[in-house]
Order: sequence, then C-alpha cells, then structure tokens
Amino acid sequence: MRLMEEPLIRRDEAGLYCPLGGFHIDPWRPVPLAVITHAHADHARPGCGEYLAAREGEALLRHRLGREARIRSLEWGETVRLRGVRLSLHPAGHIRGSAQVRIEGAREVWVVTGDFKRASDPTCGAFEPLPCDTLVCEATFALPLYRWPSAESVLAAIRIWVEDCARRGMAAVLYAYSLGKAQRLLAALGGSLDQPVLVHGAIAAINRLYEAEGVALGDWEPLPERRRRGALAGRLILAPPSAAGAWLRALGPAETACASGWMSIRGQRRRRAYDRGFILSDHADWPALLATIAESGARRVLLTHGQGEALARFLSERGLSAETWLTTYEGEGE
Amino acid sequence: MRDFVSLLETLDRARGQRARILALADHFARSDPADAAWTVALLLGERPARILDTARLRGLIARSSGLPDWLVELCHAHAGDLAETAALLLPGSGEGLPPLSILIERELLPLARRPLSEREQAVLALWSRARADERFALNKLLTGGWRLGVSRATVVRALALHSGRETWRITERLAGEWRPSAEAFRALIASEEERPDPARPYPFFLASPLPEGPGALGDPSAWLAEWKWDGIRAQLIRRGGTSAIWSRGGERIEERFPELLAALEALPEDAVLDGEIVAWSSDRPDSFAALQRRLQRRRSPRRLSAEIPVRFLAFDLLERSGVDLRSRPLDARRSALAEILHKSSDIVQISHCLDFDQWERLSALRACCRDFGVEGVMLKRKDSPYRSGRVRGDWWKWKIEPYTVDAVLLYAEPGHGRRAGLLTDYTFGVRGEQGQWLPVARAYSGLSEDEIVELDRWLRRHTLKRFGPVRQVEPHFVFELGFEGIAPSTRHRAGLALRFPRILRWRRDLDLAAVSSIDELRALLRH
Repeated sequence: MRLMEEPLIRRDEAGLYCPLGGFHIDPWRPVPLAVITHAHADHARPGCGEYLAAREGEALLRHRLGREARIRSLEWGETVRLRGVRLSLHPAGHIRGSAQVRIEGAREVWVVTGDFKRASDPTCGAFEPLPCDTLVCEATFALPLYRWPSAESVLAAIRIWVEDCARRGMAAVLYAYSLGKAQRLLAALGGSLDQPVLVHGAIAAINRLYEAEGVALGDWEPLPERRRRGALAGRLILAPPSAAGAWLRALGPAETACASGWMSIRGQRRRRAYDRGFILSDHADWPALLATIAESGARRVLLTHGQGEALARFLSERGLSAETWLTTYEGEGE
Repeated sequence: MRDFVSLLETLDRARGQRARILALADHFARSDPADAAWTVALLLGERPARILDTARLRGLIARSSGLPDWLVELCHAHAGDLAETAALLLPGSGEGLPPLSILIERELLPLARRPLSEREQAVLALWSRARADERFALNKLLTGGWRLGVSRATVVRALALHSGRETWRITERLAGEWRPSAEAFRALIASEEERPDPARPYPFFLASPLPEGPGALGDPSAWLAEWKWDGIRAQLIRRGGTSAIWSRGGERIEERFPELLAALEALPEDAVLDGEIVAWSSDRPDSFAALQRRLQRRRSPRRLSAEIPVRFLAFDLLERSGVDLRSRPLDARRSALAEILHKSSDIVQISHCLDFDQWERLSALRACCRDFGVEGVMLKRKDSPYRSGRVRGDWWKWKIEPYTVDAVLLYAEPGHGRRAGLLTDYTFGVRGEQGQWLPVARAYSGLSEDEIVELDRWLRRHTLKRFGPVRQVEPHFVFELGFEGIAPSTRHRAGLALRFPRILRWRRDLDLAAVSSIDELRALLRH
C-alpha cells in the first residue's frame, strides 16, 4: 500500500500550516515560524518566533510588529528551502508588499493568494498569475454582485464630490484604511486636486514609510492641529474609519464618504450612514476571482475569508474540487 | 427616466427631512407635470401592478446573467433586495428609458394584462434598453416594492414649498385615492379648488402612544376614554348619492364590507364617520386574525360575511349635512354622532365612552381589557379638534402591557433594505416537553444598531448549519419577547404562534435554564 502524500497545507489551531515545511502562513496565534502575506492586522500578528515576508513590505511589517520582531525578507521570486518544501513570494497587488506564497513539494505546487486584487495600483507590484495544483484563494467579495467599476471612474466621482463639497463650504472626509487604501488614493488623486490632501495622523505615519521607499504619493499634508474656522471647506481629508466620532465633529461642517468594496450594495451604504459611498476595493471582485482561479490551472481550490460557500459550489458545478476553509481573516473592513 | 433616477440618488444621500424636501421641491419644479404626478404617487406608496413574481424574475435574471438559479437566489439574500440584485447582475448597458409617466402608462400598465410569456419578453427587452443606472428604479417598478424612506408628510411639505399652497390644503387634496396624471398634479398644486370628489375622505387624526401613566394628563374630567378596538381604522362617507369606506391606508374597502355599506346607506342624513371596523362574534370582538380573512378578499362572498360578521364602532363625526365639523370640540362632535346613530342598526354603532372619574378607576378598567377583547384604552381631550396626522397632545392610546416570554435565539437570516447583509431576522424558540427547542416566533426589531452588529458577528461565528440564507445557530442567547396574543398554528412545530412578537430586551443575564417552556405558552392559549 502506498502512503497518501500529506497535503502541503492544512488547518490547525493556529491557522494555515505547512507540515513538510514546518511553518504557518498568516497565523492567528504565536508560532515558531510565520510566513506573512501582508502587514494588515488580521494577517500579521505579533508574538511569533520568526517572520518571513516580502522585501517590499518589510518596513510596513516592522511598523506593525515592532523593533524586536525577527523578520527575514525575500525578494520577489527568490526561492528558499524550508525543510521538505521550496517557498517563494510573488506580488499579490493588494497593498504594498502583499505577497502570494508559492510552495513546491515533491509532487505538487500550492499557492496561497493572501488578499489580492487584479486592478492596477501605483503603490505596489502587480498581481502575478502562478500556475499551481491547489490554490488557497481569498473570497472576500465572492458573489457576482461584486463587480468593480473602473478605478478611473470612481476617482473622477471622488473629485466631483470634493468640488461639490467646496461649493457648499464643507470639508470632504473620506474614510479609507490607513495602510494601503489611503496611499492608493493619494497616489492616484494627490496631484489632481487644487490643494494638498489632508491626512489623519495614522495615515501620515504610514505615508512616510511609503515615501522613504520612493513611492510617490502626490501632495499631502498632515491635518493641522490648529486651524482657522472654515479653513477646511473644500479640502479632501483622508482618515481611517475609526476616526469617526469626536475627531470628525471637531472638523466643523463636513460630508463623509467611504471608499470600499462594500459600498456596492445600497443597504450597506445606507446602514453605514456615510453621505457618500465610493466603490473602491483592494480585493478581487467576482470576475477577477474567476479569472485568477482559471489562470492558475488549479484542480483544487480552497477558499478563505468566510464568503466562499457560493463560489465553492459554483466551481464544483464546473468540475473543480472546491471547498471553504474557515479563517479569522476579515477581508475588507467596513 | 433620468430625472427620476437622479432624484432617487439625491434622496438616498439626503441627510435629514429638510434636505429631502428641498430635493423633492426642486424635482417638481423641473419635471413635466405627468412625471411629477407619478413621482408623487410612487412616493405615497402607489405600486404599479407587479408584472412578474419573485421566482420568475429571479429566473429571468439567471437567464440574462448566465448564472445558476441558486446563485441568483443567494445574491438576492445577500443584497436584501431583488431590484438591486437584478441591477447588479445584469450585464451591459442600454441607451435609456423614456420619461417616468410614459414608461409606466404606455409600457408597464398595459403589460400587466398580457400573457406571461409576453411579459417575460417585455421585461428582458426593458432590461436591455435601460442604462445601467436606470435598472434599479426600473426593477423597483417591476417588482412593485418601494420603500424610499420618504414620509407622506415630507411629500406634502415639498409640494407645499413648490406650489406656495398651505400644507393642510395639499394634505386634503391628497386624501383618499389620488390618481396620478398631469391634470391631477396641476389640481394638486392649484390655487383654486376644482369640484371636489364627493367620495373624498378627510386625513385621519392619529393617536400617539401614551409615554407613561395618565397622571401627567392632569384633571381626568377634561378627558374622555374609549376602548381601543383591535380592528382597522376606517372612515364611512356618505355625501349626496355617494357612499364610500376608506381604510387608513387610503384604500376604498366598501366592497369588502357590503353589510357596512348597506348600513351606511341607511343613515338618516349625509355624514362622515370615523371609527374602527372590528370582527364580531357572540356579542364581543373577535380576533384581528378573523378580520384579516375579510380583508384578504377584494369582494366579500356572502358565505364569508356570514361566517365572520363585522361591526363599525364609530367614535367621531367629521361632517354632517355638508358641514365640516372638525374644528368643533370633540364632545360636541360626539353628541352629534349619538344623534345620528341613535336609530342605526347594530352594525354601525357608537363606541361608548368609559365611565371613570379618577385615573385609578380607568387603570382598573384597562387591566381587564383582555376580558373585553380590546387592546387598551384611548384617551382624548374633550375639547380637542379633529386634527390631521399624528399630532401629539390631544389623543393618546394607552395599550395593555404585552405578554412576555424568555426565548432562545435559534435561527437567523439577513434582513432587507437598510439591514441588508446583517443577520437581523431572528427565529426564537422555547423548551419543549423533551427538552428540545421549539421555534415559536420570528422577530425583527427591538435591538439597537450596536447590538445588531455585535449579535451578527457572534452568529456568524456560531453557525451550526446553513439552509440557503438561513443559519441555524448555537442556542445560547436568551431574549425577552413581548407579544400581543397567541394563536394555534399548524405551521409551527410547537402548534402555536405568537402574535406581533418583538424583542423587548437582550437578556444577557439569563442562561438557557431560564428559557420558558412550551407549557407556559399553552396555558395562555387556553386563557
């Protein structure tokens, strides 16, 4: 009798585990060796013995994990041997430094996409399609309802909104993730507005990390602490969603908007009680998920991030082996 | 259609009533009267007949998007709205639809009478003609469901602002069945009154819930009390040769109640009566469920009228022999009402005043409401005029405390509209004889926004099984539900169902041991 080869990745209590390589990917508990796809908090958690991540994202990961963390970084496509497997990292296009993890065993190749998008983003390397046998794929927006409009049209709508706010003497507060989404917006918008974009302190700190590595973010300034009454009218202000509340009230008259994939659905737009919702996501939409799975040539697909049931069934009906894996990744925050 | 679509987008974004009124007034100013008329009608809840049912629409969405049926269904559950689901799933974009009134009058209304296959073809053709941003509004017209969060009062104030007429005048012109047309819109905002429709009702005066005991109302002798009947509010109109019965929803319902119509026509003189239609059996009010069977049929067959007799309990007289009495004090109106009704049949009778001189006495009467088959008492200031709409201060409803039960949350599914995507429709159960959980009620409201979000997160992590959009969750959280009554049910495994269940409190202080038993509920059923 021939022994079945052990799967290259399985789930254990700490997350996605590669038993042949002796490492975890984006673990949610401390482990000896963690391969990190990107520096968002639900993927990069402190307390692990050693971290392995992409060079492009090292500074961001350091910012998240602190000075003491032991981080070893890899160039894109650089291969390392970890016990019984060969591992390399490839751009995922989600945020700066976001990586797909390619694992090659004796018989099979597995790829873990991490969070990814296929739309272009001036702040990070473009997603690289990787052939594999098994694809572990995120499924944050895995319903055909989610089809992103072109980023250009959304950015144009944001500019029109800012002008509209200016006419009515209001500040335009746009909520966006402080790591990734904010910089993508700045890089795309910063040059095209009359005045520099003002940013919340949490975003300013990360902007400096991006600029230290030569990423151009256009004209931006930290939101001044002291300001004249009405000074913010017509200004675009970027802030993390957590800034709503007292911080927002201190700005004076302001309209609020959110840039997120969730803004596709009217009910979700209304419930969040933002004045405006712009559909801009750093995740793959339904067509991009299908295209990515098809390009990988994988016969087996494992879906993370919770919304995968529909996609799993859809793929199964098309002859692929597909199932969902429960994870604690949150995908795009609200 | 473009103007209407941009109005919807503006309303969607508008913060506060003032912004909605301005957006609407602006829209009325720019629109053709025929289109403005339909905008008003749609905002007031007029629905063009539904052209296809949900299942067939979903089938068409599947056909034109190339997606399997089950996936369209899942998307519908996720978006919480069929019109929006279709708008998001359909491919491409067409050159655009005609103006609202033309679309509805020339295309949608005639379509309703065509055979099914033709209607399906027509819907597919409309979808491909519509621009991507028009599809949501188009689908809303096709599905007949429309909740825009714009109240009647907002529409009235926008019309008043646009036309410079008083709000009360607009309200009166809109009362009853308002048929949209360019002429009707012009008449709505005109300065001169055209010949009014003899069947036209007055806007209803609505009571507000009494926030605390009646003590705060002051001297009991200034107040009149009546039973709060468990039926439907209605106005009986008789002017010249015309007789009509209007529901509070603005629907003419005399064909559903032929015996009331006959009694109305037998009145000695022209009059407009306000009161409550109640199902009646063996000399006391029957349940609301019984009355509902009468309401479901557009025309009441004789058999049903005999099986479920009704009465009209009149409590106000708004007009007598052509004179509008609404500004007179309530006790004067009631004396006039008693004069008119003193020789009337049993079917239309006066809703008698309760006899009390102290609040304690009224409180004691209210405590026996259930024995009389009523749902509380009404308190009305004796000198109050008949106002229009829900104006606080003169009329109060003091309902009986609901029954309560401690139940466990068993199933959850996503809500609709504003709550789409969040698990907000809950099914609750109590403990059965063998210790098993028996579902007895579904409830939606009663939690704060924060609680809903917190519970949603917990439920997603503690899902045991999924049946389409419905999740079976770990029995863990206990809720105190309020309900108005209990009825035998063949649909529920428990054999009974709670009436108007709602969440009163999330009882985090209670664990599963505190959940009520089915026997406690059965005891109420026998009561």
